[in-house]
Amino acid sequence: MNNFLKQSWAGLRILLALTVLLGVLYPLSVWGISRIPGLHANAEATDTTLVAVPREGDRYFAPRPSAATLPASGGSNKGELNEDYTKVVAERRTAVAQREGVPESQVPQDAVTASGSGLDPHISPEYAALQVPRVARASGLPVERVRELVSASTSGTFTTTVNVTALNRAVDSAAQNNGR
Amino acid sequence: MSPLAAGLVQVGILFAALAVVYRPLGDYMARVFTAKSHLRVERAIYRFARINPDAEQKWSTYAYGVLGFSFVGIVFLYVIQRAQSLLPWNFDRGNVPEGMAFNTAISFVANTNWQSYVPEAVMGHAVQMAGLTVQNFVSAAVGLAVAIALVRGFVRHQTDRLGNFWVDLVRGTTRILLPIAFIGAIVLIALGVTMSLKSGVDVDGQVVANAPVASQEVIKELGTNGGGVLNANSAHPFENPNEWTNLLEIFLILVVPVALTRTFGQLVGDKKQGYVLLGVMGVIWTAMLGVIWAAEANGLRPLEGKELRFGIPGSAIFADATTGTSTGAVNSLHDSYTGLGGGATLLNMLFGEMTPGGVGTGLYSILVMAIIAMFLAGLMVGRTPEYLGKKLGRKEVTAAAVSILAMPTVLLIGAGIAAILPSTRAALNNPGEHGLSEVLYAYASASNNNGSAFAGITVTSDWFQSSLGLCMLFGRFIPIIAVLALAGSLAAQKKVPVTAGTLPTTGPLFATLLTGAIVLVAALTFVPALALGPIAEALL
Repeated sequence: MNNFLKQSWAGLRILLALTVLLGVLYPLSVWGISRIPGLHANAEATDTTLVAVPREGDRYFAPRPSAATLPASGGSNKGELNEDYTKVVAERRTAVAQREGVPESQVPQDAVTASGSGLDPHISPEYAALQVPRVARASGLPVERVRELVSASTSGTFTTTVNVTALNRAVDSAAQNNGR
Repeated sequence: MSPLAAGLVQVGILFAALAVVYRPLGDYMARVFTAKSHLRVERAIYRFARINPDAEQKWSTYAYGVLGFSFVGIVFLYVIQRAQSLLPWNFDRGNVPEGMAFNTAISFVANTNWQSYVPEAVMGHAVQMAGLTVQNFVSAAVGLAVAIALVRGFVRHQTDRLGNFWVDLVRGTTRILLPIAFIGAIVLIALGVTMSLKSGVDVDGQVVANAPVASQEVIKELGTNGGGVLNANSAHPFENPNEWTNLLEIFLILVVPVALTRTFGQLVGDKKQGYVLLGVMGVIWTAMLGVIWAAEANGLRPLEGKELRFGIPGSAIFADATTGTSTGAVNSLHDSYTGLGGGATLLNMLFGEMTPGGVGTGLYSILVMAIIAMFLAGLMVGRTPEYLGKKLGRKEVTAAAVSILAMPTVLLIGAGIAAILPSTRAALNNPGEHGLSEVLYAYASASNNNGSAFAGITVTSDWFQSSLGLCMLFGRFIPIIAVLALAGSLAAQKKVPVTAGTLPTTGPLFATLLTGAIVLVAALTFVPALALGPIAEALL
């Protein structure tokens, strides 16, 4: 017991020294470095396109469904044999099919499943293509123009995805220019 | 790129990157733990702590050091969580409730990083930085120190000295983890990970929480910790914004445990001894990746709980890396995996976290399993088993057995009680077999110090907070004490000369024996429990 207390006392002093090094100096110097212009365009994530939140109105592309309660992130954690959740997914499929005026069989997986973060900024090119006619109609932009905007927001090395947040902002500014 | 090609390319890049750093990092770590001189910052720390860094310790003093340091770590972490409202950057998140603070304190000190809290709502930046980040470093350094002490047990002869715990702890931090983390954090920032001292950011009219992510993200992976800065962990775009950060984070998870096999080979003076361990780890890891990937690619709802930018391969590789080590970070929600895919992540933990396992813990766990394998082989041929020039007598095998059996014991007792408690039903997020899998996964994760979850389960009740807290504590420290006792009794022995009767431990025969031992111990212990959860689910 004596030895344990002796070692604990030494341990406390080591812990305090390391807390200064690892818990104060280290994170604050990394923060300081993140302020260096040019290293990171956006360490604060101002106007970020890293995350997507749903936006009101037919003129916007819909992101994937979300199980997050903002400002926190999170997913549904529902297993694939969960029957209640299977119903929820089926309802989403019906709703998306109705909204876009297509048969349910054309609704892709990412349109009806919640992402892990609940903030997934991406949708599949298929889901984007499905939404193009509606967005064109509601925003008053020609379908061709909306398609161009979609392909300008499409990227990915291993998986090709469309960034909804960037895309919706592009739709906004295109619609504004169009109105002028 | 087709998903198959994309996945293979990612695995290829990952393996190539690990191969490039394997030798330099492994050799460097060996030098760190054998060097005679101290850095200036290390001397300052030893002076402040009034420690003589050149005094070597017996195994018991070494163990008291581990326990004492972890004990004050738990108390310190508990206190600063309970006093959060007095600290800066708390954003009125208040003091962390008692049960949650208890569980979290043990969790981070035990290198588990199980999270019963939603960080965005509970933890301010001061606790994240000065509390959780610090333990992310030092709990990994403790694992490293114990592994090195065990290796010294094999290398040294007729001595009762195993090194100095404080020196091993400090060096692991200042010379290995901190430099890699510092560079890694800057690279992550350059690739798009956020680093903010504000509480959140407005995105198209809604507030999304933000934090000093990069500095914690990097050590969360590198130290095989896994506690998310944000609730969605590495699925959150602020923590893991794209395919390249994803690959880098997987690399960081694997790099130290993998390179430690080289360090081991260097220290015991026979690099092949390290390669054979790496081979066993690699074969099991790759096989499990195949299972997870194939199962997820054929799921009913493959994208549920996954991020589109990672796709199925990028999610499966991460899931295999995080459960094959003791990390527990997730970039997709294992709860929404298929019965087979989710079951495979669970089985990965039940192997005892040695494929390749956590920082340090992976190496000492597989060495203990090697002792068990040699013992079994010795029984078959009727000889006293030897490993690395040391006889494996009653003391050594007993210590190895205690170390191996601690995890299944606390796991099955905890999960068994939880399964019959009436209150558990209300905590589950999914009905039927998958509900049992949620319980089993929680106790497997806690007892193996992994920290990932079938996260639908609600674990904020007093029962879960305290029982999972105790599983983390016993699952961490019983094996550590047993391993240090083992190291002590190995170091005291004379070296046994190699004879014609010595079973070589570098060839395919030994690799097969070791793989068999890992798989059989897990199978014999856990098949009944697995049959009721994931296996039943996969067959439905």
